[in-house]
Amino acid sequence: MTGAVMEAPDMARALTRIAHEILERNGGSADLIILGIPTRGLPLAKRMAGQIASVESDFDAEARTGAIDITMYRDLGRQPTRTLGETSLPEMGIDGQTVVLVDDVFHTGRTVRAALDAIKDVGRPRVVQLAVLVDRGHRELPIRADFVGKNLPTSRSERVKVLLEEVDGDDAVVIERPDEGDEE
Amino acid sequence: MKHLLATSDLSRDEALLILDTAAEMEKTQEREVRKLPTLRGKTVVNLFFEDSTRTRISFEVAAKRLSADVINFSAKGSSVSKGESLKDTALTLEAMGSDGIIIRHSASGAAERLATSGWIRGSVVNAGDGTHEHPTQALLDAYTIRKHLGKRADAALEGLTVAIVGDVLHSRVARSNVALLTTLGADIVLVAPPTLLPIGVDTWPVRTVHTIDEALEAVEVDALMMLRIQLERMTGGRSAYFPSPSEYSRLLGLDAARLARLPDHAVVMHPGPMNRGLEISAEAADSPRSVIVEQVSNGIAVRMAVLYLLLAGEAES
Repeated sequence: MTGAVMEAPDMARALTRIAHEILERNGGSADLIILGIPTRGLPLAKRMAGQIASVESDFDAEARTGAIDITMYRDLGRQPTRTLGETSLPEMGIDGQTVVLVDDVFHTGRTVRAALDAIKDVGRPRVVQLAVLVDRGHRELPIRADFVGKNLPTSRSERVKVLLEEVDGDDAVVIERPDEGDEE
Repeated sequence: MKHLLATSDLSRDEALLILDTAAEMEKTQEREVRKLPTLRGKTVVNLFFEDSTRTRISFEVAAKRLSADVINFSAKGSSVSKGESLKDTALTLEAMGSDGIIIRHSASGAAERLATSGWIRGSVVNAGDGTHEHPTQALLDAYTIRKHLGKRADAALEGLTVAIVGDVLHSRVARSNVALLTTLGADIVLVAPPTLLPIGVDTWPVRTVHTIDEALEAVEVDALMMLRIQLERMTGGRSAYFPSPSEYSRLLGLDAARLARLPDHAVVMHPGPMNRGLEISAEAADSPRSVIVEQVSNGIAVRMAVLYLLLAGEAES
């Protein structure tokens, strides 16, 4: 793939680093909840939780990972209706916890804004942090990420695609330019 | 999807999309904050030319849980009739700016006329038109069956047998269910005397028997759907269709003895309102097998899904 800017080993290293940064920032894994935004934020969240569990033996990755779908919290734009994703919260709830939101590509910030609204409706975390694999810039809202896998300067017309083994069968980050690519 | 007029219009994928969306909607209804901001700023009109309790309230609750504004229009008592009056009403609602119209009408085809005559730009949901269709009822029935028996089915509802018992002739619920459940792969047995079966039923993809005992002997019933006797639609009076209420109960009613003959996993359904003691005994209606009350709460999730899919975002044409 011509535009591959991250390959599987790069992605694995970035996730390992983010996992350690999360622990460092929060002084350990107490009260930590990892929430992925479907579709691709969810497998990333699971991988990150796995990395955290491998260094913090009392972190229960399974019980402390969840999904938060933001489809119903989006700005009603002129987009076609989207299929709803999965929302599954840890049984202990998120009240008073440290929630780390995980998404694949950080772009305008609108997805994260919607996720913050969705979180507000299911509980009141003590703090919410944001971890993303790729930050491609072009923010439209005053939102920033706490943990970034890779900063990727792009032009607005480009599309950044994160491919994950769990969803796409392969790990890679690619940039598609409007004149090439495989638009469906 | 732009409108929901009939389950016979739905492809298998569309039907499954609605049911899967409803499952996510149901999960949101367990939260402390049950309201979602999804349809904020959209206006939904409940246009009911016929009496209804649960369907109208169910649509109203569904729309409100998605933050839409709801206007209830009840034509009861007014001199509204078919044709031009429906048109004028539609033009008025259009002028007031409605994004979705949920219509119930005693005339078959009213919803389709509203959707296809160019009077309005918004989406139309058929909430029951005459003896034609009542698609959201069938969708909530399918949702309920899938929830209880989905594990026994192969893919959607393949391998399940649903018996629909009673006044099939006047039942839009039966028509919508036959179309939808067939699309989803279920086998259907209609149970009704010849006088309460529609003309042309032999061309439907169903088996027909005339008494509930015949059905219980012939097949293993997974879901038993009891229909309401629709006295208000029986032109010529009840006696044109069956000799007496007690005869109806004897041949088609669900009582404790028949309930006991169902397989252990089978569920009993009724679209409501029930005529207790006529088509269904109190024992059957209140038994643990009965999912009748649950059908009502599932109705909200299903109608939320339908409103979401029709009204959120810009519909693909």
